[in-house]
Amino acid sequence: MKLMPCPLNGSRNIQEFVCGGEVQKLPADNAPNREWADYTFQRENAAGVVREWWMHVPSSYWFIAERDTRTDEILKTYGVEDLT
Amino acid sequence: MLQLLKYGLGLARADRRHLPSETPLKKSYDVVIVGGGGHGLAAAYHLAKDHGIRDVAVIEKGYLGGGNTARNTAIVRANYLTPEGVKFYDASMKLFEGLSSELGINVMYSKRGHLTLAHTDASVRTMRWRAEVNKHMGVSSEVIGAEEIARVAPQMDLSRSARWPVLGALYHPIGSTARHDAVAWGYAREASARGVELHQQTEVTGFDMADGHIKAIETSRGRIECGRVLMAVAGASSLVAKMAEVSLPIRTVPLQACVSQPLKPFLDPIIVSGSLHTYIWQSQRGELVMGGASDPYSLYSTRSTLEWKEGLMAHMLELFPYLSDVRLMRQWAGMTDMTPDFAPIMGKTPVDNLYIDAGWGTWGFKATPACGKFMADTLAYDRPHSTIAPFRLDRFETFNQLGEAGAASVGH
Repeated sequence: MKLMPCPLNGSRNIQEFVCGGEVQKLPADNAPNREWADYTFQRENAAGVVREWWMHVPSSYWFIAERDTRTDEILKTYGVEDLT
Repeated sequence: MLQLLKYGLGLARADRRHLPSETPLKKSYDVVIVGGGGHGLAAAYHLAKDHGIRDVAVIEKGYLGGGNTARNTAIVRANYLTPEGVKFYDASMKLFEGLSSELGINVMYSKRGHLTLAHTDASVRTMRWRAEVNKHMGVSSEVIGAEEIARVAPQMDLSRSARWPVLGALYHPIGSTARHDAVAWGYAREASARGVELHQQTEVTGFDMADGHIKAIETSRGRIECGRVLMAVAGASSLVAKMAEVSLPIRTVPLQACVSQPLKPFLDPIIVSGSLHTYIWQSQRGELVMGGASDPYSLYSTRSTLEWKEGLMAHMLELFPYLSDVRLMRQWAGMTDMTPDFAPIMGKTPVDNLYIDAGWGTWGFKATPACGKFMADTLAYDRPHSTIAPFRLDRFETFNQLGEAGAASVGH
């Protein structure tokens, strides 16, 4: 069983979580369509350490995880308030 | 007898190699194809055969057909949902039909019939939609009820007491399987017989770019100047494209698969359930080839997990309860490049001499012959072939997605 260290609930089975994808910068409200299309569809999809949104489903708690996409190692998790 | 002895003791033996031995990399080529899998090799073959473009090098970081070509589950079908998808895969199946004689190698193309099961009213509706699109496009496909399913696939548990009773199925009589390795080897041999150079253990490390144009490719074996470049690197598309400053709408996710110990032949058709996320067919060696849903998050690793296998087997046993004593023999994962609309990306890129063949989530192997042929045509004439034009990379910028919900691993 793979564990996800949740900042709110402690270590839990990763099957209790869903991945919400890469942390991205939201375009400005009046940004051109091209920028919104990139935000919606384009992905960095890096092979290495990435920052992602994750949610613990039973508690609806969203947080940030840093994960290595080459080894599936979760390096760090923290609350959204610590997102820089 | 004497001749045999003479041959046995002699030093001069006939060269029995499948492919010519490798030559040093040249300084430049008209076309460089990055990726020596089925797709890249098929494109090389068609460039040489259909267009007479023979100054071509295929460069591959590992060995030929050793990436995701070796990791798929070998199913070939055309019963997709969008007219664009159906037309493209239908063209691919027609090429598959004659592939053994075209390439002079037995690709073990085996027509078995393909059933996509529906366990809910919603999926019966999707099946009807797919059947109508298929028939409109001239592809044989039909929704059948439980009675007919029992005739085509009597091996399944079709009782109403099952947790997810089978309500109906999309029946695709021409659904087939083919030997993926033979497809890659056949294209490799026929391409090299026409002058294409195949360079294994040659990894791209960067592109030398100027004004939105690739001047040269930096590889682990040195620099190559090039006219046109085709990238066909399923599972590494985002990484290679990034070297050319092209960003892609792709997430790379493992898709796990496995085979059981060999059993006597008992299962003729290919059986898929989108709702249960499971598919199964029996190979010519008697092994049950099984796969299911993609992993739930992106990863560049071909590891397998126990959780995934338990989930797959729980569903498999709902359809085939008597398989509970059968053992798994091998397991693996392939890299699926998932696009937002479950359709591939083929055609031109913002870099004027870079062409892309990518986004082959769970639908890459069956596209091999058609993609090779149409990408070769696209390179030769520097414009997208009409059949693959809808799959262009910039469809996302203009919000012209394809919505290919007939892809495997899409729940419906």
